[in-house]
Amino acid sequence: MRTRATPYVLIGPATVLLMAFGVLPILVAAGVSLTDMDAAGLGDLSKVSGAGLANYRELFGDPAFWQAMRNTGFYVVLGVPSVVVVSLTIALLLNQSQSRFFRFLRSCYFLPAITGIVAIALVWGYLYNSQFGLINYLLSLVGLGPVQWLSSPALVKVSVALVAIWRGTGLNTIILLAALQGVPREYLEAAALDGASRWRTTRSVVLPLLRFAILFVTVTTVIAWLQFFDEAFVLTKGGPLGSSTSISLFLFQQGFAGARFGYASAGSVVLFAVIAAVTLLQLRSRRADVDY
Amino acid sequence: MSTTETMTRPVSVSPLHPARRLRRRRPWIVGTVLSLGAVATAFPFAWMIVSAVKPRRESMAYPPHVLPQHVTLEYFVQLMRQLDFGRYLVNTLAVVAISMVGLVLMAMAGYGFAKFTFRGKEPIFFLVLTTMMIPVQVTMIPTYLILNAVGLTNTLLGIAMPTLVSAFGVFMFRQFMTTIPTEVIEAARIDGAGEARIFGQIVLPMSRPILAVQVVLTFISGWNSFLWPLVIASDQNLYTLSVGIALLNQQVATNPSLQMAAAALMVVPVLVVFVVFQRHIVQGFALSGLK
Repeated sequence: MRTRATPYVLIGPATVLLMAFGVLPILVAAGVSLTDMDAAGLGDLSKVSGAGLANYRELFGDPAFWQAMRNTGFYVVLGVPSVVVVSLTIALLLNQSQSRFFRFLRSCYFLPAITGIVAIALVWGYLYNSQFGLINYLLSLVGLGPVQWLSSPALVKVSVALVAIWRGTGLNTIILLAALQGVPREYLEAAALDGASRWRTTRSVVLPLLRFAILFVTVTTVIAWLQFFDEAFVLTKGGPLGSSTSISLFLFQQGFAGARFGYASAGSVVLFAVIAAVTLLQLRSRRADVDY
Repeated sequence: MSTTETMTRPVSVSPLHPARRLRRRRPWIVGTVLSLGAVATAFPFAWMIVSAVKPRRESMAYPPHVLPQHVTLEYFVQLMRQLDFGRYLVNTLAVVAISMVGLVLMAMAGYGFAKFTFRGKEPIFFLVLTTMMIPVQVTMIPTYLILNAVGLTNTLLGIAMPTLVSAFGVFMFRQFMTTIPTEVIEAARIDGAGEARIFGQIVLPMSRPILAVQVVLTFISGWNSFLWPLVIASDQNLYTLSVGIALLNQQVATNPSLQMAAAALMVVPVLVVFVVFQRHIVQGFALSGLK
């Protein structure tokens, strides 16, 4: 029978789980960040005591934290434009034809997006290997190298980011391609009748119509790169000497390897604030755009 | 109706257009450029599979041989027999199975938000959507503390729990189920069908397209999940494939063939699922309402 409770029964379990693992953790982090919780406190809450803002003070004075912040900034500045430009270019090119062959190519570009990061790390670690890796061999054929892809502090961030760009492009290409296929045909026909070249049509008709999709892809990519974690964690563990450690990886190391849950929670709160601020800033700056 | 046709048709309307020739040749140039990019993108996977069947001596040879001179499957056997990857495989499948329960919960919530009016609907749905914006890495440590507090660390349920439902999934189900005609549901209700029956025998079957998408996506994300198995499973009996492979990674590059075999074990099933269901997967992202 339909009762007033029915909708709540339907939405209840999913909503409760989302609250428990989406909203509650932020509150827990905020609370724990004001304590000195560690491995001992994990088993016995009576061993946890308040620490005020001490964790935050220590965090802002921690050179490892600032190194991780700078690294994260580097990842965002290198990664976001690369992913957005590359996936937009591939999507525009893929949209030139609907043939089976182009659909096959689309799948090839999508492959890295659906394969597990751990397996990918093994494969790239092997390709990057400085003794018998294929990439250095190919470079040596044209007289370059050998390059210390993963052990040079100057280069390691680029090597790690490259894998993430390779992996992050496919999904965004699919999203942009779906948006491209939703562009009304009449507009393209009108532009062609007016004698607009394809480049001109793309620039003046298609790209403005894609504004929302591009904004979506940019915002989600910025968020993804602000919490950059997987590639650095599995390829380098943040090394050498912390030179590829991102903020997320720093938090992971403090929290799980160091069992300093209070300290890591303070870092989580700071990361959350940074991501929220950057996201709001982006959304606001785009809202000022002219509407078509 | 393809976009190419519509793009070329107007050209024949204005036959004097100077760019016409160039435009006709362009698909070949575009095709070539895209093919080169696709080969470069897919190459690491080909290299993985080729290296997995090379003997160790060959996979460490410098300069590298592109094709194996001796093909061997010994590393797959070693993974299964000596390294307990059979157990990791079973655990991974168990995590995937638990994730499928989450799928039902998401479908239920999607139905509730799509077809019912109730007090607090808008604010609750808004709250659900905001969780999409909250990054996993931020919640990683507090989530661990929560799971620890309720005693779910070191269980398969604990591994699957944090990612059991996603706001994105609820949103996609809701979007799709809004299109199911309300009359069908009302008719069943008048005929005396219970709410559970309506959901199981009318709403779910009518949602097959979105269900297919979600099943494939859930399989892939469950299969690939790494962070929670790593954090939650401290007992080796609970390791999933991804954790087992991560441990193999720590034995620094001693045996690339073995590592590539392990990577292949993890990647190939997903590739097979992808090839079989790729229409659903791609559709899934197109369906998300991003037009």
